[in-house]
Amino acid sequence: MTCATEHALSHSVSDAATVNPCTLCAPLGAVLASAGVQGAVPLLHGAQGCATYIRRYLISHFREPIDVASSSFGEAQTVFGGESNLHRALDNVARQYQPKLVTVATTCLAETIGEDVGRLLRSYEEKRDRHPPVVSASTPSFKDGHVEGFHTMVRALVESLALQRGTPLRSVNVLPPIVSPADLRHLSEIASAYGLSPTILPDYSETLDGVIADHYRPLPSGGTRIEDIASMPRALATLDLTLTGTAPRASAVLCERGVPMRLLGLPIGIRASDGLCDALGEISGASMPDWLEMERGRLLDAYADGHKYVFGKRVALYGDPELVVGLAGFLAEIGARPVLCATGARNRALRNALEGLPSGTVEEVIEDGDFGAIEVACRRLKPELLMGSSKGYHMARALGVPLLRVGFPIHDRMGAGRLLFVGYRGSAQLFDNVVNTLLEVKQSASPTAFSYL
Amino acid sequence: MTFKVLDDRAGQVIRTSKQGAVEVTCNKASAAGSVSQRACTFCGSRVVLYPIADALHLVHGPVGCAAYTWDIRGALSSGPELHRISCSTDLREREIVLGGEKRLEESLRGLIARYSPRAAFVYATCVVGVIGDDVSAVCKRVEADVGIPVIAVQSEGFRGTKRDGYSAATRALLELIGTGSIDSVGPLSINLLGDFNVAGESWIIKEYFSRMGVEVVSVLTGDGRVDEIRRAHVARLNVVQCAGSMTPLAKAMEEKYGIPFIRVSFFGIEDTAKALYEVAEKLGDKAVAQRAQELVRAELGKVLPALKEFKKDLQGKRAGLYVGGAFKAFSLVRALRQLGVTVALAGTQTGSREEYEELQAVCDENTIIVDDTNALELANFLVEQDIDVFIGGVKERPIAYKLGIGFCDHNHERKIPLAGFEGAVAFAREIHATATSPIWSLMPRKASRVRAALAKAVAL
Repeated sequence: MTCATEHALSHSVSDAATVNPCTLCAPLGAVLASAGVQGAVPLLHGAQGCATYIRRYLISHFREPIDVASSSFGEAQTVFGGESNLHRALDNVARQYQPKLVTVATTCLAETIGEDVGRLLRSYEEKRDRHPPVVSASTPSFKDGHVEGFHTMVRALVESLALQRGTPLRSVNVLPPIVSPADLRHLSEIASAYGLSPTILPDYSETLDGVIADHYRPLPSGGTRIEDIASMPRALATLDLTLTGTAPRASAVLCERGVPMRLLGLPIGIRASDGLCDALGEISGASMPDWLEMERGRLLDAYADGHKYVFGKRVALYGDPELVVGLAGFLAEIGARPVLCATGARNRALRNALEGLPSGTVEEVIEDGDFGAIEVACRRLKPELLMGSSKGYHMARALGVPLLRVGFPIHDRMGAGRLLFVGYRGSAQLFDNVVNTLLEVKQSASPTAFSYL
Repeated sequence: MTFKVLDDRAGQVIRTSKQGAVEVTCNKASAAGSVSQRACTFCGSRVVLYPIADALHLVHGPVGCAAYTWDIRGALSSGPELHRISCSTDLREREIVLGGEKRLEESLRGLIARYSPRAAFVYATCVVGVIGDDVSAVCKRVEADVGIPVIAVQSEGFRGTKRDGYSAATRALLELIGTGSIDSVGPLSINLLGDFNVAGESWIIKEYFSRMGVEVVSVLTGDGRVDEIRRAHVARLNVVQCAGSMTPLAKAMEEKYGIPFIRVSFFGIEDTAKALYEVAEKLGDKAVAQRAQELVRAELGKVLPALKEFKKDLQGKRAGLYVGGAFKAFSLVRALRQLGVTVALAGTQTGSREEYEELQAVCDENTIIVDDTNALELANFLVEQDIDVFIGGVKERPIAYKLGIGFCDHNHERKIPLAGFEGAVAFAREIHATATSPIWSLMPRKASRVRAALAKAVAL
């Protein structure tokens, strides 16, 4: 791996501005984390727009209702502070939703005027006899993007709620990065197959991929139960599926509370999925169940059937760092070349996390980059396939390179919630999609209309 | 849990009755914790100026505000597409502490050099209003050097509601208007205000005016061009389509340039015909009036048979609608009535007191009228009013679908033109496709009714 130049690491190509951001804001990540807790309502402390924009953005991806409250700052709150608005917002949320939990995340505005949310919440608790529990996180977007916002809220949830001590339970904590509802369901299925009761945090597999009921539910069913979060310190182990972190994570908090931690990364591909299954095997003492063994075998079989189509193919990856690392490992494993690994995240952890790949696999890494910078790099590196969110579609079209949609957001296709990448099963689906995308290009470009490839 | 409207929102929800209109509380800040469907001041400014395709739109603030408004509208351009990129000064902690003026100036200069826009808009976001950047001073400095208008839009999210964002956009537009050439504009000339060329709607309307012999000097802001906006002051009449966002501009132009304005709508065949006639009448030209009549006759001949077909299937269906401004709501009530569909729930994000009076007047009895509603109210009213099809934007869509109710997107993200006569057919097609889809009979709420009806039929 050669080091990217400073040029590629700057905000964009020719000036200081960010053009077509490859990140979203921190409160969005906090909202997403909150959406994975049973009975929780997210509340953003700041002006109304943040809550509404984030709702719209999440709805366009998940195609599910997601309610995000706001303390609705006006000029007065901006000047004098938002205490009364926050209290009123908590009252109104409690009255409308009767939530089991309210999560408060700060916006840029609240942070800039120096709101001390901890103090405001204490004064709220003193004033009210009955109120839902509240967990808060500081998530200014001038500090970090949605990925860090997500992890910050998960950590806050664990810090505030995971307090139970006692005899160990036959359970395992799973802390995923941002993945799809289908991924969350499959992670739960795999852990359960080893006889372990998984506490996945957050678990929006049902809250953001729900069914149609005969009446409207103010709060969707599903989500990690608060009592399960409480008992996380009694688990046998914590599986942290995020390698690319720099800030202290929830797994570290749980480690301090006595739960051994295993740092694994996303289980995409054989090796990474083996890593997850080996860990579960060691924690549980159980061996791999037959059905999972079969899925592993089928994935290997698919690799054999399709390896030539992908060999040496140059692929550009962009998106959340953890997904990029997971996909890069997968592509390297099947003989493709993730020549460009790019992210808009600012934590500068992507490069280190890619160190384990065979040298020469990755030609350029972009961190804290925008689509302006990614496109310039693509023109230089000439990938044959792009993998990332819908937001790369303009670039893909300009480059004339196919785009395989992965990650968040997917705003121009159906079924983002059902996309499965993790485990042997998810990897097989991903492998088929990669091969088929390349075959589609080959077939369309061929002067002969072969129906047999 | 029984549903009750929040005390903070008392007076913002009413039901129409024979007794006549009641006053709807409106034009106030969203209640904290209500989960309003509204965005913020920045949103109001951003959506109005967004379609100006040869201008640079730089969002001054942390990255989120620009990210969420990247390529957000279906506003088409016949030429440059600068409006479809998202530019942000992407403020970081350093600027929050030390100020963002330097970064703003560097960003502006860099982007202008790179994209050669005809003008630049700089949108101030929440934090900019707090850290005290003098955005106007930076704009003036850059403008003096680069020779294009560089305009500060005072759109900090906390300044007020979306409506206040419209006012900020108005002030920005007024800086451009009146600075362009006044050559070769005849007496039969208009500006079209408040059409944003979503899915090419401005082109449909402009074509009608071209057939009537009326020159459209400038569209504000659909398929917008800086040079056209600069000469908007020479038109003889302002035709205001999106009244909520553009009435302040029309009033200002009347005051400053003596241009009268009329409020119209191009949604639905009735309102479209009425709009064309009113423009002809205001321009006071008999030939134009004659051509308007011919046009309406010809277009109606084309679309009425199709609308009649849709009506056969839609007769008796019940609709709900929640839109940005009230004028669209009036039109939709009429357009749906034309299709045999009754509106039983109607609301807006930014309606005024007078507009709610009119909305009550155009709606049938027992219609629920809501101002700045929220997700839970909508869900409850959709069920209470037994709605078959809901019309709104992306944020409303999953509320309808989760209840097994049809949905039609009439917001700015849509990709289908719904204005004018052909738009009326497209609208009917959209309503038809969702309201009569067989899937709803499978959904729990409806399926139980179907089962009950079947059981009854068998028993008979």
